[in-house]
Amino acid sequence: MSARTIQGQKNLQDINQASKDGIGGSPLRPDGTLKVKGEFAYSSDLWHEDMLWGMALRSPHPRANILSVDISEAVKTPGVYAVLTHDDIPGSKFYGLEIQDQPALAKDKVRYHGEAIAIVAADHPETARRAVKKIKVEYEVLTPIVTEEQCLDPETYGYVHEPHEYKSHGYGNICHEQRLVHGGGVTDEIRALADVIVKGTYEVGMQDQAFLGPESGMAVPAEDGGIDLYVATQWLHVDRQQIAPVLGLPEEKVRLTLAGVGGAFGGREDLSMQIHACLLAQRTGKPVKIVYARDESFFGHVHRHPAKMYYEHGATRDGKLVYADARIVLDGGAYASASPAVVGNAASLGHGPYVIPNARMHAIALYSNNPSCGAMRGFGAVQACFGYETQMDKLAAELGMDPVELRQLNAMAEGDSMPTGQVIDSPAPVAELLQRVKDMPLPPPLDLDNLDVRTLPGALSNTSHGEGIVRGIGYSVGIKNVGFSEGFDDYSTARVRLEVIGGEPVAMVHTAMAEVGQGGITVHAQIARTELGVEQVTIHPANTEVGSAGSTSASRQTYMTGGAVKLAAEAVKQALITKGRQRYGWTQNDIDLVGGKVVSESAGVLVSMVDLLGDEAIDLTREHHHRPTVPFDKETGQGFGHVQYTFCANRAVVDVDVELGLVKVVELTAAQDVGKALNPLSVVGQIQGGCTQALGLAVMEEIIVKDGKVRNASFTDYLIPTILDTPPIPVDVLELPDPNAPYGLRGVGEAPTVSATPSIVAAIRQATGIALNRIPVRPEHLTGTL
Amino acid sequence: MRVTFTANGKPVEADDVWEGESLLYVLRERVGLPGSKNACEQGECGSCTVYLDGVPVCSCLVAAGQVQDREVRTVEGLADDESGELGLVQQAFIDAGAVQCGFCTPGLLVQTDALLEQDAQPSDTDIREALSGNLCRCTGYEKIMDAVRLASARKCQKVGHSE
Repeated sequence: MSARTIQGQKNLQDINQASKDGIGGSPLRPDGTLKVKGEFAYSSDLWHEDMLWGMALRSPHPRANILSVDISEAVKTPGVYAVLTHDDIPGSKFYGLEIQDQPALAKDKVRYHGEAIAIVAADHPETARRAVKKIKVEYEVLTPIVTEEQCLDPETYGYVHEPHEYKSHGYGNICHEQRLVHGGGVTDEIRALADVIVKGTYEVGMQDQAFLGPESGMAVPAEDGGIDLYVATQWLHVDRQQIAPVLGLPEEKVRLTLAGVGGAFGGREDLSMQIHACLLAQRTGKPVKIVYARDESFFGHVHRHPAKMYYEHGATRDGKLVYADARIVLDGGAYASASPAVVGNAASLGHGPYVIPNARMHAIALYSNNPSCGAMRGFGAVQACFGYETQMDKLAAELGMDPVELRQLNAMAEGDSMPTGQVIDSPAPVAELLQRVKDMPLPPPLDLDNLDVRTLPGALSNTSHGEGIVRGIGYSVGIKNVGFSEGFDDYSTARVRLEVIGGEPVAMVHTAMAEVGQGGITVHAQIARTELGVEQVTIHPANTEVGSAGSTSASRQTYMTGGAVKLAAEAVKQALITKGRQRYGWTQNDIDLVGGKVVSESAGVLVSMVDLLGDEAIDLTREHHHRPTVPFDKETGQGFGHVQYTFCANRAVVDVDVELGLVKVVELTAAQDVGKALNPLSVVGQIQGGCTQALGLAVMEEIIVKDGKVRNASFTDYLIPTILDTPPIPVDVLELPDPNAPYGLRGVGEAPTVSATPSIVAAIRQATGIALNRIPVRPEHLTGTL
Repeated sequence: MRVTFTANGKPVEADDVWEGESLLYVLRERVGLPGSKNACEQGECGSCTVYLDGVPVCSCLVAAGQVQDREVRTVEGLADDESGELGLVQQAFIDAGAVQCGFCTPGLLVQTDALLEQDAQPSDTDIREALSGNLCRCTGYEKIMDAVRLASARKCQKVGHSE
């Protein structure tokens, strides 16, 4: 023993410092070098010498009966290998995340503009495009059901889905609804307790995830009659669960491997090209690649629900909230997707991070002939935040109070109850986050004497030399849940293997987590380093050969899969120490793995991991389940529905050209509690990215849908913020550990997207004095030229 | 048709090119250079930016036939040809945390490289103007600004040393 012992704490510290790439550090992305060299294989980069290109024919009508589909001319096109319709599907005709209401290829009717009707496989994308054009479809065009009024009156306007068409379906054109009553609810008696009442009706447009990497992947037929699918997705296992029944295959014959993902933001939670590529590969016996063009991407994935919201708040003269009442109507479009869960979030989070003694809520998602909506970053909490935060500003104005002080006066904190009755049992620094953004230094005022016109609203267009420019400042704070809620047994699986490679201990981490750009793989390596005291960690490609990791969404992956990696690594560590105890008879209770060695605080280094492991590998798999939640009561909305909450506050400074209605966000400050920053560089990157998507929703991003038809399915017409539209985003990160979470961490990615939008609108409102009850705010709203 | 041109210093040729194919398609699908990305195919996002005779262009908007006998340099050509060592701009993007999903990165690297060739010390407004044709959906651009500033500082330092 003594020969291997290094005495003293100093040496242990030295060894510890060797693990600077563990949690809390900011090691660089393991895939970064490949990405900057252009060598990282995104799903659209897959290539096979024998491959075919797949493409879909999509409906030009939002609502129509399909009278006939004639593929005879398309099939005859030279270079075309297959043309498939609904009749060619070997298995189940429908799929869906929560309700199996979506046909893999439309049958008898189409329910939204862009719905896929037939698919083609050909030797060149242009051949496929020409063949698609030769498919003749005869439609009986029907008047689309698109407004709230039409949806809620099916007797007059009809059903998007016939009643009881699917097993678990709501009624009428309501896909899902959730009510909530808290305290005494909202009655005339409760209203009478308030000195001041403010009301508002708010609208949120349809936002798109607009990830840059288009939906794409390649399906390869396998010798066993199964399919190997390489695809960009957010959840490999739930994709497989939906794909296999349609192909008429058992799940084990459908193997998915994650191909490089170019962003996701919720838009890859639903299937897009997966089933189509698999069907074509099954039929042709050849690898089939599908890459959506940008317009097809706009039709091929679900969007953020547009919302209409009716809010009412009552408060005492000194600013204490007495009650809050809201009705949130989300347009879910043609198919259910994640609408039920989005409704649950809107209802339970829809009154914000405030203590409200009495509250009521009614949230619904409608079926309509508009594009389908589902998951997008912020998931039901975004729309509501624009509503309640606008109300807070209105209330502050009515009371003559500072808007930040009013928010702080009513801010929830640890130990307070949500309107769902759930007690917040971890830090909730809402008032502090607001104080932090308020206390950050403001950007310098516009200096008209030393003006670079490129910094003004309108930027490069040289639209102003400073005249007509007014500055405004706005604040906001928001709340978001982390992880899957309402009784869902959310879990993740990780496999960790420790072995000696090239004379060094190396850990391998294998999970099915979709790395969509968020940096999960970096964090997994950090966790393995920290728990196992090794430097070298390799990340196994994500596939369905290991258990499910759940979705890369709901800000849950570091919490859930990170937690699973931690559990698996801890198990490997214990197995290694047990091995050492058996071999060397160690009796110390303070044994740890540090710097590639087994060490004891009291006795120093016991043995090198290389010597202890020898030729053996320790390979263990563990699942991480979060604490159980329950579904909300259908009528009262009460229940311990969410796993964890996360909070972000923002301050926006804007310059508005009041003559032209142009807005330039000058600065967007964020303060967020992340519990524990496992990788500070990535945490800040997530917050800045989230703020920028919120900026997009505030001032430019909207899918324009008129009579059910999408008018701007391109990056020319659907605007996302450029680097010129995006200001400096100073970020203040708080780390107040959550005792229930691995390392005390909190989900990070979504909270800023929830909170930042209303701060920008508030700032524009302050600059212009215009009410602005609809987002995105467009120039015509500011100039009165609508 | 057959198209022959120089890609990253090496002569390449592509056969059976259909008249409507873009330079982007030829690079990605025919000559094994998938580094340039296909995000909008309308010249709006900048993900497919390459040098054509030294000028950054959106390769999705260039017809394949237009590159006959010309020189193309893609993201794959930014690293040192001999050593494979990353270029200054590439390294700066990694170090600054400017790469998240990375789909916009190839285009941004070429555009940044072109900017710093023209002006080694651009102001923040210069950077924003130069990169305004390159969309990024993940980062919020802050870390991209950091990366360009870092690359600029390193470039100036390097030039300073060699002088």
